[in-house]
Amino acid sequence: MSRLSQVRLLLRVTQTHDIARRYFVVNGFDGALTMLGLIIGFLVSGPVDLSLIINACLGAAIALGVSGVSSAYVSESAERKLALGKLEDAMSSDLQESVHGEAARWIPLFIALVNGLAPLIISLLILTPLWLSNAGVVLPVPPLYAAILVAFLLTFLLGVFLGRIAGISWVRSGIQTLLIAILTATLIYLFTGH
Amino acid sequence: MSLVKKIVLDVLKPHQPNAIEFSQSIANVGPDYKVRLSVIEMDENTETIQIEVEGREIDFDAIQSAISNMGGSLHSVDEVEVHSDEGAG
Repeated sequence: MSRLSQVRLLLRVTQTHDIARRYFVVNGFDGALTMLGLIIGFLVSGPVDLSLIINACLGAAIALGVSGVSSAYVSESAERKLALGKLEDAMSSDLQESVHGEAARWIPLFIALVNGLAPLIISLLILTPLWLSNAGVVLPVPPLYAAILVAFLLTFLLGVFLGRIAGISWVRSGIQTLLIAILTATLIYLFTGH
Repeated sequence: MSLVKKIVLDVLKPHQPNAIEFSQSIANVGPDYKVRLSVIEMDENTETIQIEVEGREIDFDAIQSAISNMGGSLHSVDEVEVHSDEGAG
């Protein structure tokens, strides 16, 4: 059995594929809006050195990633142990060596990685224009504005993903999440800009 | 020398993996296994199933191991069909 099939089997056995998906969207959204907030905060604060902005945003992205991994691992480990214990009681047998025991050991790690990597990767994508500009690449728009556009694009794509899962209009769902990002940007601008 | 051609097992298993995955896992033990699974009883967390396996040379230990690996628990061997191996020794 390939590694991917094994992960799929473990997700099916524990019925946790929807949890992993939910974590991906929720924390991906967290990552996108946090970067959006930081970047708009820097934008309205006047001229700031780009490398300082990158370091601050990267620090926040890493913190989001580590927080996502550790919090999900601790909580999912507890949930999987509880579920395994209940199943062992119902079966009146030790399931540690079964696919259920394997799932109780590996699924928390998998979900923790999804939970941590989603905000980290989305944050790194948003920071890409800043890195490119810092490396001397000339962008068609100023780097902070380009990063904001990437953040808007990614929140739209998260909405598209949700729309496809729910079987509703992906355009409508994408616009909904984009509007949330625009509302967030507006609130940040209103409270920090003046 | 004799060969096991068919066994019928009474097994308690969790709802997951489902009946299809459970049967496939047992069928994958041998190259020519034919598996028939029937759900006899079901409760909140478990289901009692009857598994019938047919093949040219059934490896009972390997089947038992596959059942355990999927979280199942073998309760009884309800039926066995064994043929003497005319080609042996």
